[in-house]
Amino acid sequence: MSELSEAQAKEYWKRNRNLMIRLMIIWFVVSFGCGILWVDTLNLIQVGGYKLGFWFAQQGAIFVFIGLIFYYVVAMARLDREFGVEED
Amino acid sequence: MELATITYIVVGLTFAVYMAIAIAARAGSTQEFYVAGGGIHPVANGMATAADWMSAASFISMAGLIGISYNGYGGSVFLMGWTGGYVILAMLVAPYLRKYGKFTVPEFIGDRYYSDTARVVAVICLILCSVTYVIGQMKGIGVAFSRFLETDYETGLYTGMIIVFFYAVLGGMKGITYTQIAQYVVLILAYTVPAIFISFQLTGNPIPQLGLGSTLAGSDTFLLDKLDRVLLETGFKEYTTSVRLSTLNMFAYTASLMIGTAGLPHVIIRFFTVPKVRDARKSAGYALVFIAILYTTAPAVAAMARLNIMQTIEPSPGQHVLIEERPQWFKNWEQTGLLAIQDKNADGRLQYVADPQRNELIKLDNDILVLANPEIAQLPNWIIALVAAGGLAAALSTAAGLLLAISSAISHDLLKSTFYPSISEKMELNASRCAMGLAVLGAGYLGLNPPGFAAGTVALAFGLAAASIFPALMMGIFSSRVTREGAISGMVVGLGVTLFYVFQHKGVMFVAEWQFLPGLGKNWFFGIEPNAFGCIGAAVNFIVALGVSRVTGEPPEHVRRLVQEIRIPAGSVAAPAQH
Repeated sequence: MSELSEAQAKEYWKRNRNLMIRLMIIWFVVSFGCGILWVDTLNLIQVGGYKLGFWFAQQGAIFVFIGLIFYYVVAMARLDREFGVEED
Repeated sequence: MELATITYIVVGLTFAVYMAIAIAARAGSTQEFYVAGGGIHPVANGMATAADWMSAASFISMAGLIGISYNGYGGSVFLMGWTGGYVILAMLVAPYLRKYGKFTVPEFIGDRYYSDTARVVAVICLILCSVTYVIGQMKGIGVAFSRFLETDYETGLYTGMIIVFFYAVLGGMKGITYTQIAQYVVLILAYTVPAIFISFQLTGNPIPQLGLGSTLAGSDTFLLDKLDRVLLETGFKEYTTSVRLSTLNMFAYTASLMIGTAGLPHVIIRFFTVPKVRDARKSAGYALVFIAILYTTAPAVAAMARLNIMQTIEPSPGQHVLIEERPQWFKNWEQTGLLAIQDKNADGRLQYVADPQRNELIKLDNDILVLANPEIAQLPNWIIALVAAGGLAAALSTAAGLLLAISSAISHDLLKSTFYPSISEKMELNASRCAMGLAVLGAGYLGLNPPGFAAGTVALAFGLAAASIFPALMMGIFSSRVTREGAISGMVVGLGVTLFYVFQHKGVMFVAEWQFLPGLGKNWFFGIEPNAFGCIGAAVNFIVALGVSRVTGEPPEHVRRLVQEIRIPAGSVAAPAQH
């Protein structure tokens, strides 16, 4: 078990927080943005039988959510190792 | 073989499996009873979480909500709202609560806010949202039995209660987890198999997610374009663009469902069952994968079944079906009251149009899209039986998860942590079994005598979780400055304004006669409907809690340490040098 200094703990948390903020921005953009706020504009683009805005609202956002979580899992595993706080 | 016989066999087999699992997975300690011993593999936990999460409403009603009530695009609030919450869970909630490493959600709130009052307020919030939620599941069990097995509602409900009682009382979280895994398999097969057939019949593409964006079989017309046109011709709004009330309302609705998801205790406690913090993160990802299989299929079922119904009624433009010649499934479901027709213009033909004066399909229940799907697609009887077993699996798995959240709050948070800290582990385990038994009986009673508010309950549960528990958890993890006074007043006020808004619209306890302040008008708060109000309640909670915390000093040093410790997965943070 490693012991972090207070400065290291702060740094770890700051890096985690910055990562979360970046990913939550994408989360917001694909759902509230593409799926709701800009849906009319995106609907002008047709992808196969889907209007793009409609696709984001009913399918696309969900796929992006999954990607976000797994990216976070991998990135945090790396961060945990770097700071020696991963569990064995 | 008769449909009823096959249904009995399929449902009976699934129940036998649940029972066998219950006997194999008995709980021997409180740790096993509350968190399944903390040794569940993240993939297994993801599957159990998916079954825990997807209720009778997701399975039976959601496609119809999207396809009929919310007319397509408007239904996206459920799709994004009920999945987006998992991103919040994976990043902002689950890992830190897993590190904290205790058994229940009120336990964290009580410790973080160093107050038994906060713990009890959290228990009350938890019980309010879980009980309202569980009534819907008990009703779902009774309805599924009565529709598919032709028993009466009470018999169905009692059977469901006995099954849940058996594995939840015996196995606690351990029994529930393994049965939920089996229930996930049953419900996902039951949902996707008919969808694959329907997609293939309509578009030639067996994958529903792709079929929804494909052309109709044997033509160059896209399915969604066709549906848009058919709906416009009959006076409805366009399927792919019709907004639910307003853009702001859709925004608030989606936000409320997302943060409600991340604040529902029965979902959060599932993440206490995995061995490590990184498993909690992973597990949320797997849960969302398993959920997404159903949630990305649902919009395809919604659009395809809606189009099927429109085309059954009007096979070619202007040529409405003769009422005499309507298909058999139509007649079958009329008997259940989910469909009803009335030949208003007495032309012997059926017209389905938006104008209520001329519409002759006078009842089209949301549940029909999923329940009648196999018959509409003329699938064999065993698939219809599978849908029955799937609906029951969805209701049973969610009911069990909710009952565990309720009983552990009573036996652990009220009994052990607040009123009788001296009881032994053995006694606590017995107490938790009793609490579980009582919770099953209570839920059964409410299912038999559904209070007037049963219809609106699931939506209310999300609003309450969003407005009370979610902000308390967020501030508990992300701030070490929020005080017990702040958290308690935030929870109480957040819960209060949400209940106020919902009851003002729908009557106190959903008794319509008990509405108040009618002068305010409908959806008076910026056009936001009551179901979408949870995020406003949450905002109020945050503002009150942060405001009160500013004037009530600082939390004690050990709480600051606690917040520091839950933020790192392993190891510890050095105590600051003494001066």
